Amino acid sequence: MEILILLLALFVLSLFLGVELIVKVPPTLHTPLMSGTNAVSGITLVGALLAAGSGSSPMLVNVLGFLAVTFATINVVGGYLVTNRMLSMFKRK
Amino acid sequence: MSSTIVNLVYLIAGVLFILGIKGLTKPATAVRGNMLSATGMLIAVVITLLNSEIVNFTYILAGVVFGGVVGAYMALRIQMTSMPQMVALLNGFGGGASLTIAAAEYFSVLNVDAQSLAQFLAPVTLSADAFGAAAEGQITLVSIGLTILIGAVTLTGSLVAFAKLQGLVKKNVGLPGGPAGNALLLIGALIALGCLIINPSQAVTVLMLVALALLLGLFLVLPIGGADMPVVIALLNSYSGLAAALAGFILGNTVLIVAGSLVGTSGLILTKIMCVAMNRSLGNVLFGKMAPVGETVDADEIYAGKVTSAQPDEVAMMLEMAKRVVIVPGYGMAMAQAQHAVRELADSMVSKGIEVEYGIHPVAGRMPGHMNVLLAEAEVPYDKLVEMDRINPTFEETDMVIVIGANDVTNPMARESEGSPIYGMPILNVDKAKHVVVIKRSLSPGFAGLPNPLFAMDHTLMVYGDGKKSVIEMTTALNQS
Repeated sequence: MEILILLLALFVLSLFLGVELIVKVPPTLHTPLMSGTNAVSGITLVGALLAAGSGSSPMLVNVLGFLAVTFATINVVGGYLVTNRMLSMFKRK
Repeated sequence: MSSTIVNLVYLIAGVLFILGIKGLTKPATAVRGNMLSATGMLIAVVITLLNSEIVNFTYILAGVVFGGVVGAYMALRIQMTSMPQMVALLNGFGGGASLTIAAAEYFSVLNVDAQSLAQFLAPVTLSADAFGAAAEGQITLVSIGLTILIGAVTLTGSLVAFAKLQGLVKKNVGLPGGPAGNALLLIGALIALGCLIINPSQAVTVLMLVALALLLGLFLVLPIGGADMPVVIALLNSYSGLAAALAGFILGNTVLIVAGSLVGTSGLILTKIMCVAMNRSLGNVLFGKMAPVGETVDADEIYAGKVTSAQPDEVAMMLEMAKRVVIVPGYGMAMAQAQHAVRELADSMVSKGIEVEYGIHPVAGRMPGHMNVLLAEAEVPYDKLVEMDRINPTFEETDMVIVIGANDVTNPMARESEGSPIYGMPILNVDKAKHVVVIKRSLSPGFAGLPNPLFAMDHTLMVYGDGKKSVIEMTTALNQS
């Protein structure tokens, strides 16, 4: 139960930190912000790896784990690459 | 690898994500920010792979290779005009990942190695204690249920948004009963979630929850039309983050919670910005239709005999007299792929000593910042892209505004006509400029379905035709003069 309270505190504080950070992002960068945060949400890959690699479980779990790893990897690889591609276009003359 | 070290590395990853997003607050530091964030991701993944809990690498390898190839192909091949579709798909995959993680977590505890569907659906003896001691088991089940719900809604909702943006689905149809139908789906999903928490031993409740949530995502987005897509995409972005954070609660994983909640707030703030820019509440965008028109506005009455049209070379002649020009792009510029042509016109004007800026409305295009990315692709310096609040006071000193592919965001009815459905929506006050040139195929109404009195004003010239072609003709004429 104490761990849960700690996790909850982490969650709530991160929400407030998120607000403080995101309101400072200028409208010009809103599209890269979306794709960039999308890549960050690909952190589910960590959970997906644990699900896919657990080994002893029934077949269904392995299939779900494989799907989770695939989805999350698309998010991570696609998200960071496309964000980098966009951001490198923003130049000042 | 002890869990202490793993958690400390996760902490470093979380810090790198925060620094990465902080980098995005300035164009100059943004590329480095993205790199920092990617580094955080890399170390989080590597430390997880070194974890002794992982014994089977077959599925991991298959998923990483397959996902990596698909992700890289999409990211490197997508056109900048199609960026809204790309982000919609990525949101969907994010939701799908959380959904499948939660389902995998549930079925690994359920642990039925079924040979047939009947065997699979047969109840097993399982109490909440299997998911954690005392209250923790229940809370894990709540997290699993909510992750499945939000993840599934994000998955199908985003796929519908993608299909609409790509032009695969054109009709805006909803369930009979509209919001009431969706409410029924949501209530059904919550009942399934409740059953799961009370009695986790029946696989069928989870399957019901997945099915209802998938349907809910589908029917939530199906009725929503094109120009409201910025709100939908931003909201789904938020959901994908929230689902990731909830998955963190299932696994007790700190980095998932931190990263997920950052993404969740980011999407929510963008959603709010988009709603304010349309002067509509979130509920109205998601469930409402545009308010019924109080007094029917007759397009013929507004336009009849008052619209003046011009040829591109006539506009070029007027441009020669101008000192300051503002270009206002909209979704039509993206449709016509005209961003490079627009930049060339601006270059030509600048070479003749004309000051050129771009006026960007927050909801121009199909996602937040859509126009900025397109113009950045055409190598327009970002300090020339001016947001609404800063460009509006300058229109009175502007000799000419060139509106290309934008409509509702320039409609003066939003400012003046109190009965109008768009009344109160902040607009670009382009009608305050000395001359306005509107490049448009016809006088057809924009998404709001309203005629635009701007087109009929004395100082407005309509240039009919394809955006790209018209702009190129203007540039040619201007260069020859």
